Formats: sequence, C-alpha cells, structure tokens
Amino acid sequence: MGQLKETTEHVLETGQGQGFATTRFEDLLHWAQKYSLFMYPFVTACCGMEFMSVSSPRYDFSRFGSEAPRFSPRQSDLLWVVGTIVQRQAPILKRIYEQMAEPKWVLAFGTCASVGGFYDNYACVAGIDKILPCDVYIPGCPPRPEAVLDGLLLLQDKIARGDRSPGVVKPRQDPAQDQTGGLIQLRKSRSSVG
Amino acid sequence: MAQALVELLRSEFPQAVIASSSQHGDETVIVDAASWVNIHRFLRDDERCQMQMLTDLTAVDYPDREPRFEVVTHLHSLSKGHRLRAKTRVGDPAGERVEVGSLTELWGSANWLERECFDMLGVHFLGHPDLRRILMYPEFEGHPLRKDYAASHIQPLLAYRDAPNIEKLPPFDRHEGMSFGRQTHDGFASEEDDALSRKRSH
Repeated sequence: MGQLKETTEHVLETGQGQGFATTRFEDLLHWAQKYSLFMYPFVTACCGMEFMSVSSPRYDFSRFGSEAPRFSPRQSDLLWVVGTIVQRQAPILKRIYEQMAEPKWVLAFGTCASVGGFYDNYACVAGIDKILPCDVYIPGCPPRPEAVLDGLLLLQDKIARGDRSPGVVKPRQDPAQDQTGGLIQLRKSRSSVG
Repeated sequence: MAQALVELLRSEFPQAVIASSSQHGDETVIVDAASWVNIHRFLRDDERCQMQMLTDLTAVDYPDREPRFEVVTHLHSLSKGHRLRAKTRVGDPAGERVEVGSLTELWGSANWLERECFDMLGVHFLGHPDLRRILMYPEFEGHPLRKDYAASHIQPLLAYRDAPNIEKLPPFDRHEGMSFGRQTHDGFASEEDDALSRKRSH
C-alpha cells in the first residue's frame, strides 16, 4: 500500500553537468505516464459536485498533469468512478473499463465507489472493486478536495513505482489524535474538572 | 374540508367504503378493492371532488395481516385545493395473488407509479398497458421491498470478479465507513493498527 510520505525516487541522474542523463527505460516511461493522465469521469451521484469542485480553478487538479477529460474510454487511461454504482449499472461500467486502452488505472472517488457506504442493499454494488480492479480508493462522503488531490498524487506515485497494489488515501489530520484542540484535550479538560 | 369528501363517498358507495380516519386534518378512506377504479373515477370526474392530480401511488406490506398489502393513493384537487388519501387491501399471506385494478386510464402518472409499485412490492395492476419492472433489471427475481425479501440478499447482474477475498478487499476492514480512520500520514496511530497493517502486508 503506497503512502504519500514516500517520495518518488529520482528518475534522472544527471551526469556531472555533461549534458546527458542515465536512467532506466521503465522509469522514464512511468515518469511520462504519471503526468499525462487522460481521465474518463464516470460520474453517477452527489460526489460529482465535489469532482466539479476539485477540477475547477479553486482546487484545480490540472496542476498535476491530469486536466484533460476524455469522454471516450478509448482515449483515456484513468477511470474516475465518482458515486454509487448500482447492480444495473455494473455491466456498463465494466464495458467502459474494458474499452480503455492499456495501461489503465482506476480511481474510486468517495465511500460509495470504494465500499458501497451505507448503500448496503439489494440494488447497489458494495464497491467497484467487486467488478474491476481498483488502484486508489479515496474515502469520504464526499471526500475533501484535498483528499482527492492526495489520491491523485498517490496514484501518480504508484505509477512511478510501477505499483499496482490497491492504495487508500489517508486523512491528513485525525481529529481524535489532535493534541491541541481535539478529543484528547477535551477529555483531559473534563477529567481535570471532575 | 375533505371530511365532506369522505361523507360524499360514504353516501355514493355505501358498500365499498370500509373505514375512514383523520390525522392532523388529512383524511384517509379505506375502500373495497373491487371498487378501486370506480371510486377513483368518481373522485376525478365528480363536480364536488375534481381530483385532477394523482400525487402518489404506492403500497405497504404488512406481513402479519390478511389481506397482506395496502395500496395507497394520494389525490389532490388543483381547482378545489383539497386532498384525500385512499387505501385498499389486497393479497394473500403468501403474496401470490396481489391484484387490483389499474388507474392508468384515469391518470397518466399512474403508469410509472404502478410499474414501480409492481417492481418493488409485486402488486399486479389489472389493465395496466405495460406492467414490467421500472427500477430493477429484468433478470431480478422477487420484489425487494417486501418484508420477506432478505435485507442482505443481492442478485448481481454482473458476476463479481474472480479475486481472493472479494467480499472484503484491503485496505478496508475495521476502518470501513469511517470518515477518518485511525491511520494518518505520520504512520499508524496505535500498536494494534501497526500489527494489523503488518499482518495485512504479508
């Protein structure tokens, strides 16, 4: 499972200012791939609003080389699954995935796409990994734009390392572990009063 | 205001009106299933009723009752401003013969509402022009909103892919569904989580 704090290893080793560089071919290829993600947004539910937010100038994930949406799966290599997938939609999603050209990656946006969330019922697929392999999960209902950006960076990191194991975006800050204004401090203050 | 409607129905259909009740000013009338369409036609066409709009049509499953299902309509008069809820009771305990007349000839909106009701609860509307599933896929068996449909029963249209432990793939286990987990970018928050992570990676 990839973590963001592990920085990508340097792809290029400069050679003493002599105007040449040595690297492995796979590293160069991965480096090129990670900054030219053509995305196919498969947007089905309310997470789509958050997707619009993160793709618009305020958060702007085009900064990370992932700006061009392609509404044909044949021209895209990153499938964003944004929102709840119902059983009736599963064959459509699978077909779109199969139409994408290799190499391709899948990103589950939000809790519904990741694990189904509270839609644990007769109609819904409990996570898109039931029907297609998923590279990065972004939990949250909906996820914060920061989490989405973390997910994109995590995916790029995994592409650079050639890692196809599933990765999950972790929270930047855990309110329960916050020592200054969080739950621990609250409990301490209560117990000192009592 | 709708109390007068109930009285009117009682006088016009003395045999068909089984019961009526009122809650917070909303009148409900329970009628015989055989008169279901006739009563609705009267409610729509009569000068004193003028119920032009079928707001909603649905059904309720009471598994312990006989008849088992209640079909419910919500009616609204746009010209007179009054509303009425009508119910009828149909179906045997096994849920096999659940039949009531269709209201599609009276209101166009009844078409899809009755299809949904058939799809979710298995109520057959006699005389409906196109009674087939509207929400679920044709391969779906049973009616999911019936009380005897198991809450955890799914019928995947597309077979789940052949992967080990497909029911629960990592990394979702104890952190599933939490808006924030115990894991952070700075590592695992507790020894327990750390051990769990190491166990998972092997």
